[in-house]
Amino acid sequence: MSVDENMVRRIANLARIGVTDEEVPALATELSAIIGFVEQLSELDTEGVKPLTSAVDDKIRGREDVVTDGGYAEDVLANAPEKDDEYFAVPKVVE
Amino acid sequence: MAENNNLISGATGDWEIVLGLEVHAQVASNAKLFSGASTEFGAEPNAQVSLVDAAMPGMLPVINWFCVEQAVRTGLGIKAQINNYSVFDRKNYFYPDLPQGYQISQFQQPIVGEGAIEIDLADGVVKEIGIERLHLEQDAGKSLHDQHPNMSFVDLNRSGVALMEIVSNPDMRSAAEAQAYVKKLRAILRYLGTCDGNMEQGSMRADVNVSVRKPGDALGTRCEIKNVNSIRFIGQAIEYEARRQVDLIEDGGVVEQQTRLFDPKTGETRAMRSKEEAHDYRYFPDPDLLPLEFSQEFVDEIAKDLPELPDDKKARFIADYGLTPYDAGVLVGEAENAAFFEAAAEGQDAKAVANMVIGSVFAGLNKADLDIGDSPVSPAQVGQLVGLIADDTVSGRSAKEVFELMFEDGPDQGKDPAVIIEEKGLKQVTDTGAIEAAVDEVIAANPDKVAQAKERPKMAGWFVGQVMQATGGKANPQAVNQLVLSKLGLD
Amino acid sequence: MTDLTQMNLAEARDGLAAKEFSAVELTQAHIDRVSASASLNAYVLETPEKALEMAALSDAKIAAGEARPLEGLPIGVKDLFCTKGVRTTACSNILGDFIPPYESTVTQNLWADGAVMLGKLNNDEFAMGSSNETSRFGPVVNPWKAHGQELVPGGSSGGSSAAVAARLGIAATATDTGGSIRQPAAFTGTVGLKPTYGRCSRWGIVAFASSLDQAGPITHTVRDAAMMLTSMASFDPRDTTSVERDVPNYEAALIGKGGGDIKGLRVGIPQEYRVDNMPAEIEKLWQQGIDWLRDAGAEIVDVSLPHTKYALPAYYIIAPAEASSNLARYDGVRYGARKQGADIDDMYAQTRAAGFGDEVKRRVMIGTYALSAGYYDAYYVKALQVRRLIAEDFTKAYEKCDVLLTPTTPSAAFEIGKNVEDPLEMYLNDVFTVTVNLAGLPGISVPAGLDANGLPLGLQLIGQAFGEETLLRTASVLEEAAGFDAQPQDWWSA
Ligand SMILES: [Mg+2]
Ligand SMILES: [Zn+2]
Repeated sequence: MSVDENMVRRIANLARIGVTDEEVPALATELSAIIGFVEQLSELDTEGVKPLTSAVDDKIRGREDVVTDGGYAEDVLANAPEKDDEYFAVPKVVE
Repeated sequence: MAENNNLISGATGDWEIVLGLEVHAQVASNAKLFSGASTEFGAEPNAQVSLVDAAMPGMLPVINWFCVEQAVRTGLGIKAQINNYSVFDRKNYFYPDLPQGYQISQFQQPIVGEGAIEIDLADGVVKEIGIERLHLEQDAGKSLHDQHPNMSFVDLNRSGVALMEIVSNPDMRSAAEAQAYVKKLRAILRYLGTCDGNMEQGSMRADVNVSVRKPGDALGTRCEIKNVNSIRFIGQAIEYEARRQVDLIEDGGVVEQQTRLFDPKTGETRAMRSKEEAHDYRYFPDPDLLPLEFSQEFVDEIAKDLPELPDDKKARFIADYGLTPYDAGVLVGEAENAAFFEAAAEGQDAKAVANMVIGSVFAGLNKADLDIGDSPVSPAQVGQLVGLIADDTVSGRSAKEVFELMFEDGPDQGKDPAVIIEEKGLKQVTDTGAIEAAVDEVIAANPDKVAQAKERPKMAGWFVGQVMQATGGKANPQAVNQLVLSKLGLD
Repeated sequence: MTDLTQMNLAEARDGLAAKEFSAVELTQAHIDRVSASASLNAYVLETPEKALEMAALSDAKIAAGEARPLEGLPIGVKDLFCTKGVRTTACSNILGDFIPPYESTVTQNLWADGAVMLGKLNNDEFAMGSSNETSRFGPVVNPWKAHGQELVPGGSSGGSSAAVAARLGIAATATDTGGSIRQPAAFTGTVGLKPTYGRCSRWGIVAFASSLDQAGPITHTVRDAAMMLTSMASFDPRDTTSVERDVPNYEAALIGKGGGDIKGLRVGIPQEYRVDNMPAEIEKLWQQGIDWLRDAGAEIVDVSLPHTKYALPAYYIIAPAEASSNLARYDGVRYGARKQGADIDDMYAQTRAAGFGDEVKRRVMIGTYALSAGYYDAYYVKALQVRRLIAEDFTKAYEKCDVLLTPTTPSAAFEIGKNVEDPLEMYLNDVFTVTVNLAGLPGISVPAGLDANGLPLGLQLIGQAFGEETLLRTASVLEEAAGFDAQPQDWWSA
């Protein structure tokens, strides 16, 4: 399957990566080539094979319900591109 | 299936509302679902944010096992399938208060599967609402849009707080049913202690899916009203939205599937403007988290100390105390109310206690805006007062006065009823001599009424009233009644 | 005094212990060499003051007889590791001048053991690349040259490999998602160890693909790798994919001078690694490695890893899919470089368009595509199924052998700029290394010889999960047999 220009725009929008009209054709070509490459997977019959999401053969570990963290708003905000008092500030979101 | 008598009428005939709810209930935990930051309400902005909650590079989630227990507990409380193996997925979308760019949630394999809740409707009808699933997920932070003309502010204190999303089947057919469902669910959560159910603080909120159809038709297109945060608003939002859809269809339009917001100021719903047109959340298993697995023993252990739940308690109140289903239903609505009643009813006439709790206590609390835990009158005192009425120490009428003195601000607040009765001289007069004197006095003073009473025996009531008044309500009403009738020659 | 930058980690440790030189002297020698080697572009941030401060503390510890395992040893840190108070960028513009208020577990472990930080090392942006040409700070130059051409040092840990090869740090931390430690080690004549997934904590390391990423060292020798891993590895409650398992003293697993007795060890040779167009000299080196191990007493066994061919395509679904989500946090809201936009979504789009380089964008977009509605099953789920088949291949192979021997890369280092226009050609660099990440196994690249152009080539040993001790022992036998002592000629010092 090839990735057409509409698809490039759709994915770019989902990924919130701005692309210019000039960039789209080249991206379509590159992404199509990669998709073409990975498509060899379809040669394999994987019927009934359980997907493997992690190589760790272990049980999930949990934490106790104890407050051990937080309380350092300055650190959390220290790298913020824009802030107002103790808030992060972003261009206005319209709901 | 029972006939739906909640139809709304339109120009083209009757319409049926179909409702399904997704309730987000905050797990009553100290720390967040995947970090050690506090969940306490009302902190300074970003004061309860860990590096994990702020999605700093390289930060990793570690699950709060208490939250897992609470989800299982809740699952057992709604009689649902518990899945000993479930998976955390990432739901990917961009929003300023979603720091990771994804919400850790559960998609294909939730921790809790199908269950059911019974709701009590006004006419004593009980209806079962199916639960599709319950899953654990992270809450987002909070965006403030009204602090600045062209900026939104973000506070991440809520970011990462544990939520249980409880999804119902589209089994509800009216705003009242949806409200009853939320009330019942909230009662169950509170009984279990897994969520405080505080809707004002956002620890419980509902996404309401509304569609309309002609009875018997296939399901219509639904709109989802997001984050409605009070039971009253749920009712208003549904009424408005259903009417909007009916009007739209009848005007030749079509309902578009969309996400809407309810505005409590106008009572209206409106489409969200910023909603992603292309809903594509790209769920996939979170590679930072191994599958959530636990043993059956873990589940059994939790099941062992499940409290008595509202339905069971109601059944017991009816069976053991002889309460009406209505009274029992009212009392079990809140675990604290039920406990108050049970404590008060010990050794007393339970029905009379139920009446006093539902009547005097609830009314008093309501008026004073107090929680039952802060009631100035203790359950024992309610029981004592009911006992004093039963053994004729005090008349029902005086008892009301006693209760008010016990309850309201003043020198007598919190005193035992027997003390107040003694101090105020409210003891019921059962001494026939004293009552007889009072009756004679009233008869002597009202010859014209006596004459009328001979014609209309119902007039006797007037004499009883006068005597009661003359004795300051302390006379035993039965005794007064009997004497009045015999003195007037009406017996 | 001899040149203090010409020692390996074990030698420097022993020299410090014998008080032949001080930690400050050792560190200063490296600081000087680093600052004279800017043309390699290995460091993106030098921290000489911090280094000298740490070295002074080390000298005090040594004087007090309280030397810790890596006391006073100056090393470089890949810029993927968050370092408290020290700019960390993953070599991406999108992180701007991000200064973490926290220290990654792995680097914290190193500092707790006395190591000294020289600075932050270049890498491919977000570790996405095999040549260290995608960094915001520009390409790293391999200290090795052929025919006067500037070559890549491999990637993504190209700063780490170049720094160790050029002696700009006695060792370096690195990370490996598809070969990012082993391939650059092979390209620079250094040792690169990728531990078992879960052996080192990922906490505080900028994530690329969470289920594949693993930290490890690049060093001069196998013994140095063992020393580094002993400190880097730990069970970390903050990373629930780190495995709760004691960390052995890996150096102690190396017996004797050469470090190992491998008599009776079964070494598997996977037939499927004889790929088409494999250069004859790689083929020859591999055979040489087989002979060395056989001569050392190992039993050579042919094994089959039938799904090898599908590892690279599966990897190029799984890694981008995870990355597309892991990199969503770089949105210009809480940290990093923001570009203004007309509204919030425009701000995101502008910020990410300006902040991410071409390769990162490609991978994020591929990953987004593979996870999107309608493609998820065909690509993502399929790749995970293939991943299981690959993991099972290894399980079956290990019924017949204890470790596997393969080439590390299908070629030696190539010219800068040669593959940048062709992503797929670049991806083929990882063809021998990527299976190991998919299966979560440990792997090590050992420098084994030079090609006709005089460039280093590596052989890879693959171990069983948590079989690092056997892996290191075998590697040290290979190392001794190869006797690789070639060094790049210093053309770069200013
Ligand atoms: Mg690589
Ligand atoms: Zn939800």
